Amino acid sequence: MSSRTTEKAAFLIMALCALLVVLPVIGIVAYVVAKGAPAISWEFVSAMPKRGMKAGGIFPAIWGTTLLVVGTAVFSVPLGIGAAVYLSEYAPDNRLTKIIRMAIVNLAGIPSVVYGLFGLGLFVVFLGFGTSLLAGSLTLAVLVLPVIITTAEEAIRAVPQDYRYASLALGATKWQTVRYQVLPHGLPGTLTGVVLALGRAAGETAPILFTAAAFFLPRLPTSPFDQVMALPYHLFVIATQVPKMPESLQYGTALVLLALVVIAYAAATAIRMRLRRR
Amino acid sequence: MARLGDRIAEGLVFLAGGAAVLFVALILIFLLREGLPLVRYYSPIPFLTGAEWYPLSGVFGILPLVLGSLLVTAGAVAIALPLGLAVAIYLAEVAPAWIKDVLKPTIELLAGIPSVLLGFVGYAVVATVVKNVFGLPTGLTALTGSIMLAYMALPTIISIADDAIRAVPDDFRHASYALGATRWQTIRAVTVPAAASGILAAIMLGIGRAIGETMTVWMVTGNAAVIPTTILQPVRTMTATIAAEMGETARGSDHYAALFAVGIVLFVMTALINTGADLVLHRMKKKYE
Repeated sequence: MSSRTTEKAAFLIMALCALLVVLPVIGIVAYVVAKGAPAISWEFVSAMPKRGMKAGGIFPAIWGTTLLVVGTAVFSVPLGIGAAVYLSEYAPDNRLTKIIRMAIVNLAGIPSVVYGLFGLGLFVVFLGFGTSLLAGSLTLAVLVLPVIITTAEEAIRAVPQDYRYASLALGATKWQTVRYQVLPHGLPGTLTGVVLALGRAAGETAPILFTAAAFFLPRLPTSPFDQVMALPYHLFVIATQVPKMPESLQYGTALVLLALVVIAYAAATAIRMRLRRR
Repeated sequence: MARLGDRIAEGLVFLAGGAAVLFVALILIFLLREGLPLVRYYSPIPFLTGAEWYPLSGVFGILPLVLGSLLVTAGAVAIALPLGLAVAIYLAEVAPAWIKDVLKPTIELLAGIPSVLLGFVGYAVVATVVKNVFGLPTGLTALTGSIMLAYMALPTIISIADDAIRAVPDDFRHASYALGATRWQTIRAVTVPAAASGILAAIMLGIGRAIGETMTVWMVTGNAAVIPTTILQPVRTMTATIAAEMGETARGSDHYAALFAVGIVLFVMTALINTGADLVLHRMKKKYE
């Protein structure tokens, strides 16, 4: 074979590999949409489950996931952005900074079920929050923290150095510069990271298994110390734990979960596109 | 006054900066706090080397779980490595802009699909395919888990390997072209070898991702806690064991402590893999700076 033919064959194989990655993703999305769409109705997303979850809606699961995501945001966003500001604007190039970076890398690699154990040990048992919305939100907040720190730091670092010099030259203090120049200009990029991180939190199951999630609740939660139903855990339950569950309910729930993630992802992409245009 | 406000704000930012260190420490402390009491019931050597996991009889040998995790992960890497590397090279060196515009968002979307959703699709569809293709009594096997995990590890492997290949300076390629090499010869003999350490890091992070995955493997691997002999049989991973059994344990019991101890083993494994990958990536960055 001539070297040109080899090259063509190699490039063709690579293109086929790319197809092998893309097609299943499109396939999964199309399959879940096709099988789930017939189950979607106003009742399905707004009503309580009926007859042992075999009929009715999945509103408590949607509501529970919404609350968990809000709780996660409350704890993780200020902390994550604060850490990103420190790393980008203040951290000296020393051993402590290296240790912090190492910790972030490790935090990002810890398995989600280990976060569940940690949340159980610290929030549920040691701090006595019980299996609750609060314990689950805190656990998820620690889980998404490295994602928020990494993306926010990148966004804040990308703010041109001239902005900082101009602000300092006008007599602003370092903190005033960070507060009124660096943070506002780094905001869109930071927001992209936050939305993606919260999308991830919405889809996580293992971390809330022992810290927040309930199999079934007849009422909506009324306090942060209540257990909650959650969309991903609900999908797990009705897909594997309850016998003779109608297929349409399973696929409908899967579709709602997928839609949630795709909306988060689309929002993040839209923010990024606007950012790029500027 | 403005100065005092500044000091307070900067102090808070410094504390936030240290939060990651605090949380890694807390995670380790609480895994140890709940897991170490296992030694009162079961000693560490049979725990790490025992071939039988019978929690209700107080027998906690994690070897079948470790081997289950390793088998599923090895299968996933065997699928994801060639596929991911080919796609990374394609993205970095070959693909025209419009294909990149399709590929990259699709891979990002794949990274964002919740593991429970992939587990559901694996359980409902892929398991049936595996069952029929290999004529098995059940489709919930290590192989099914490997296939699902391969796709979950692909985004990590592709994006890191893509970055690594891109980081190779253009001078390398130009020198190769000047010697008369084709693009493919350049990729094979120059660019990819030059990016080898970054690609190694990509593989390590992919392995870390696969070994820690929980929901998908729990749903599709059949969960039989036996030492696996083939990839076509049900296995039970460390992650699935923790997820499946924690709900049945009483706080402070031997079983509860044993599951935390499995968590310690997982924590140590992923920490080693991720720290190693980070070191490799740093060395690569320094080389081309």
